[in-house]
Amino acid sequence: MPRLLVPVGVLRSLAAAAARPQGPVISRSIISSQRRFVSASPHSSPPTSPSSSAPEYTGSVRPIPGVPNYLDSADGLISDLVVRKHKRSHTPRQWDANGNELDVYKDGPGALDKAVHLFFFTEILRGMWIVLEQFFRPPYTISYPFEKGPLSPRFRGEHALRRYPSGEERCIACKLCEAICPAQAITIESEARMDGSRRTTKYDIDMTKCIYCGFCQEACPVDAIVETQNQEFSTETREELLYNKEKLLANGDRAEAEIAANLHADHVYR
Amino acid sequence: MLRIVSSVSRPSSASLLAVANRRNIASTSARQADITLTVDGKEVTVPQGSALIQACEAAGSPVPRFCYHDRLAIAGNCRMCLVEVARAPKPIASCAMPAAAGSVVFTNTPLVHEAREGVMEFLLANHPLDCPICDQGGECDLQDQSIRYGSDRTRFHEIAGKRAVSNKDLGPIVKTSMNRCIQCTRCVRFANEVAGVEELGTTGRGNDLQIGMYVEKMMDSELSGNIIDLCPVGALTSKPYAFHARPWELKTTESIDVLDALGSNIRVDSRGVQVMRVQPRTNDDVNEEWISDKTRYAYDGLRFQRLTTPLVKGPDNRFVAASWPDALAAIAAGLNRTGASGNEIKAVAGHLADTEALVVLKDLVNRLGSDNLASDLAGKFGNAPPVHGVDIRSNYSFNSTIPGVENADAILLVGTNPRHEAAVLNSRIRKSWLRSELVVGMVGERADTTYGYEHLGQDAKALEKFLTGKPSGEFAQRWAKAERPMIIVGSAMAEHADGEAVFGMLARYVSGAGNRVVREDWNGFNVLQRVASRPALYEIGFVPSRAAASATPKFIYLLNADEVDPASIPANAFVVYQGHHGDRGAALADVCLPGAAYTEKGSTWVNTEGRSQLGRAAVPPPGAAREDWKIVRALAEVLGVNLPYDDLVGVRDRMWAISPSLVRWDGVERTSIEVAKAGLGSLSAIGKKPPGGGKMTLVVNNFYQTDVVSRASVTMAQCTRAFVTREKEELNSIGKEPLQAHA
Repeated sequence: MPRLLVPVGVLRSLAAAAARPQGPVISRSIISSQRRFVSASPHSSPPTSPSSSAPEYTGSVRPIPGVPNYLDSADGLISDLVVRKHKRSHTPRQWDANGNELDVYKDGPGALDKAVHLFFFTEILRGMWIVLEQFFRPPYTISYPFEKGPLSPRFRGEHALRRYPSGEERCIACKLCEAICPAQAITIESEARMDGSRRTTKYDIDMTKCIYCGFCQEACPVDAIVETQNQEFSTETREELLYNKEKLLANGDRAEAEIAANLHADHVYR
Repeated sequence: MLRIVSSVSRPSSASLLAVANRRNIASTSARQADITLTVDGKEVTVPQGSALIQACEAAGSPVPRFCYHDRLAIAGNCRMCLVEVARAPKPIASCAMPAAAGSVVFTNTPLVHEAREGVMEFLLANHPLDCPICDQGGECDLQDQSIRYGSDRTRFHEIAGKRAVSNKDLGPIVKTSMNRCIQCTRCVRFANEVAGVEELGTTGRGNDLQIGMYVEKMMDSELSGNIIDLCPVGALTSKPYAFHARPWELKTTESIDVLDALGSNIRVDSRGVQVMRVQPRTNDDVNEEWISDKTRYAYDGLRFQRLTTPLVKGPDNRFVAASWPDALAAIAAGLNRTGASGNEIKAVAGHLADTEALVVLKDLVNRLGSDNLASDLAGKFGNAPPVHGVDIRSNYSFNSTIPGVENADAILLVGTNPRHEAAVLNSRIRKSWLRSELVVGMVGERADTTYGYEHLGQDAKALEKFLTGKPSGEFAQRWAKAERPMIIVGSAMAEHADGEAVFGMLARYVSGAGNRVVREDWNGFNVLQRVASRPALYEIGFVPSRAAASATPKFIYLLNADEVDPASIPANAFVVYQGHHGDRGAALADVCLPGAAYTEKGSTWVNTEGRSQLGRAAVPPPGAAREDWKIVRALAEVLGVNLPYDDLVGVRDRMWAISPSLVRWDGVERTSIEVAKAGLGSLSAIGKKPPGGGKMTLVVNNFYQTDVVSRASVTMAQCTRAFVTREKEELNSIGKEPLQAHA
C-alpha cells in the first residue's frame, strides 16, 4: 500500500468500507478513490449520510474548494496521471441519489493523454532524466574509512566515563545507570574511598550486551557516563569488549573536548 | 515536643526505686472501650486512646509520617501526618491527636494535599539534594513521600543556601550526615526509651536544632544499629555498609539470628554470594523490631577466616587441602587407628551448631555405641550433664516467654547481665521498667543494665540470704508482694562451681512459694540461655550419660565447638572439627570439615524460650563447604553406620520423632504446670550442700566478640576497640598507616 498521507481520514474511510458489503480491497481505483476521499475536509458533511446504503467509496465526501489538496504535497510518490486527474477537475462532478458518481472517468485523463504517455515513453524518459541529472552531480557515497559523514551531537556510540577538570572522576557510584540499563550490561561495585567519598571500585560495561539506548547517560546525575561519537571500536576478541573502569576513563580522557562540545550543543534541549 | 525520659539518670545500682512512679514516658493504660469514628467515609472502630493516625491506618487510609513510630513515644514534630477533621479550623497532626468518638476525618481532601505539600516543601528546604550519593536512596521515606506528596517544582531561592550541620561521630556503627536530618527525633526517642542511651538528644531550637550527644562521645549501646533503620532519611546510615550496595540490588531472605539465644528474626540481604547486610524482621513475640549490633554487623565475619575445603593434617603437622572423600576416609582411618569404641568416641557441640546437624550427629555417635555427647560449656561442665538436667524443658527454658517480661512486676537476675547475653530482651526489661512499677534485683557482678536495679550480692550465699533469710530493702519488700515475680537465672550458672547450689535453692524457693512464682497463668522461673545451640542441645538430649562423662575420649568430633577447653582433649586423641571458621576448634583438629554458616543453610534453631524457628539459606556455602547435617550423614556412610534418612525431610521426621516442637516452627509450647512443678521438684533435690561462695562473674566480657563469626568480623573488632577496650585512634593519624583493616 502506498504511503498514507492523512491516516485519520484513511482509517475512517477504511472503517466505513469495512462496514459495507464490498469486493476485494486491493485495487488501484479503490486506492485512488480513497485519496480523493482524504483530500476532503473530514468535517465536511457528505451529501448523503454514510450509513445510507451507498455503494463502495465513491465520494460520500465531496472535495471542497479552498481546502488544501494533500495530493499537491505528494513528493513524487504518486503517479503523474493521478495528479493530473485531480488538477483537471473543472467540471463539477455529479452523484446520483445513492451517492454514485455518475461519470467515474469524467475528471480522469483522457484517452489521448494516456495514449501519448504510452507511446512516447514519457515516464521512462522522466526517469532517465533523473539519472542524467544525478550523473553530473557529485556522488552521495563517501569512501567511508577515509571520509566520514556528519554525526549528531546526540549520537550514541562507545561509552566513556568523564572526569572533572580537577582530574577527579565524576562517577559517584549512585548505580542509577546500572539500575536503568535494560540490557543489564553495567556492573558496579562501590565502597567508601579512603577519604570517605563514595566511589566505584568496579565499573564494568559489557559492550556485547549494550544496546546503545543511551538510558545510562540520561540517568546519570553528574554526566559521568556518556556515549561518545566513537562508533569504530570493533575488536578482534570478545573479551576486549568487556570494558572496565580504566578503559572507560581512558575513553573519557581521550574524547573529553568532543564530549563537552556535544553536551553543550545539546544542553538547550534538556 | 519530645517527652524525654527525664529524672532518670543512668542507673547503676539501687536507690532509684523512689522515682519509679515518675519515669513513665507514655504509659499505656489498660485497654479501654472501643470508639467508632469515620475516616474517609468509612466507619472504623479503634480502642480508646489510639492516635488518630492509627485509626486512619485501620481504615485503610495511609497517612504519611516521619516522626511517628509505633514503638516510640509520640513527638508530633514533623507535621507530615496532617489530616482534616470536620469542624476543626485547621488541619490536625493525626499522630498527636487522640482519636475521638464520632469525629469525621478526611485524609484525601485538597486541604490535606496542600498541607502535606507545604510541609514537604519546608522539610526539603533544608534537605540537601544528594540522593545519588546517599545510602538511604531507594529506601528513603523522604524520597518516597516527596514523590508521592511533594510539589513538582521548587521555590527555593535562598541566597544563603541550605542549613549546614556538622557530622557527629557516633562510633564505628552509625555514620552520620547531619545535613540530611529532618529532626524527627526518632533516634533520640529510641536511644532514650529503648536503648537507654540518654545522652543522645537535641540542642538548640527551630532551625538550629541539632541531634547529638551533647559532648564529643560515641553512642555506646549494643542496640545502636536500630537508629539507622529508624531514621527516615539518610542522616544516620550504616558505616560498615556505607556505599556498598543499593536496596534494589539485594536479595532478601528471611532468617533467624544465632549470635545469641533469643533467635531474633532477621532479614539477610545478599548480593550474589555475599551477605551485604542484616536487618531486623518484626516479630512481636521475640525481638519486636530491634536487633543487637552483633546480630546486625557480625556478618562481615562470614567473609573472613572461612574453611572452604576439607583439610587433613599431614605428617609435618600442617593442614593439607583434601577432597571430601579423602577427608572422610582420613576420619574413618583415624577412628580405626585410635581404636576408639563405645564412650571413647566423643562429640562436642559448639555455639553455632544447628538442630539438624545435632540430631544427625547424636544418631551417628549413639549408633557407634557412645553416649559421650558433650558441649562446649566452660571448663569441665561441658563434659558432664548440665546441673539443671535436660529431662524437663521448663528447667532450662525462659518459661515466662519474652513478651512475658512486660507483665512481670519484680525481676530477680541471678548471675546474668541480660544486656550482653540477650540485648533485645534487655530492652524489653527496660521498656517494662520505664512503663510500669517493675523493680529489678540482681545477684551477681554489677553491670550497667540500662535500668535501675538493687544489687543484692555477688555470690550464691547472697542469693541464699535473699531467698531464705529475712532480707530488708526496697526490692525485697516489693518482691515479697509481687504478683508476677520473675527469676532469671543466667546460663552461666550451669557453668559455675555453685551451679548446683543455685539451681537447687531457687527450685526449693519456687516450690516452697506455692503458686506465687509458678502457677497456671504465670511461670516465673526462667533460665536465660545465651548460646543459640543449647536449647536445642538440651531438647534433643545431647548430653553425656554419667558413665560416658568419665570416659577418656580417643576420638573427638567437634561440631562448631570453638569454645572447647583444649585441656579436655587428650594428646593422643584423633580430633575432627566441623565448622565454618578456622578458629580455636580448627586449630585443635586433625581433620577439618568445612560446614555452612547460619546464613548458608536452612536449619532449625531453638531459642531460649524453646521456640523453634526456621533459618533460611541466603547465600551458598563458600567453596567445598556443605550443609552440616549432610556432612555428618556422609561421614556415617563412610563409617558404615546406617542412618535411616537421606534427605532433609527424613531428618525433620527424625526431629519430629524426638520432639515434635522442634518442627512446629514459630510456636512456643508451654510446659504444663504439673510438669513444670515436677521439674522444680526434681531440681530441688540437688545442691543441698552449702554454696562455696565463688563470685558470679560476668560470662560475656566482650559483647561484640562471643563466637567465631563475630571474632572474625572487622566491624566487631572496631566496636571492641571503641566500646570495650576503649582504644582511641590518634587524632592526627593522617599520613600514617590506618589502624583498622579496611574490609
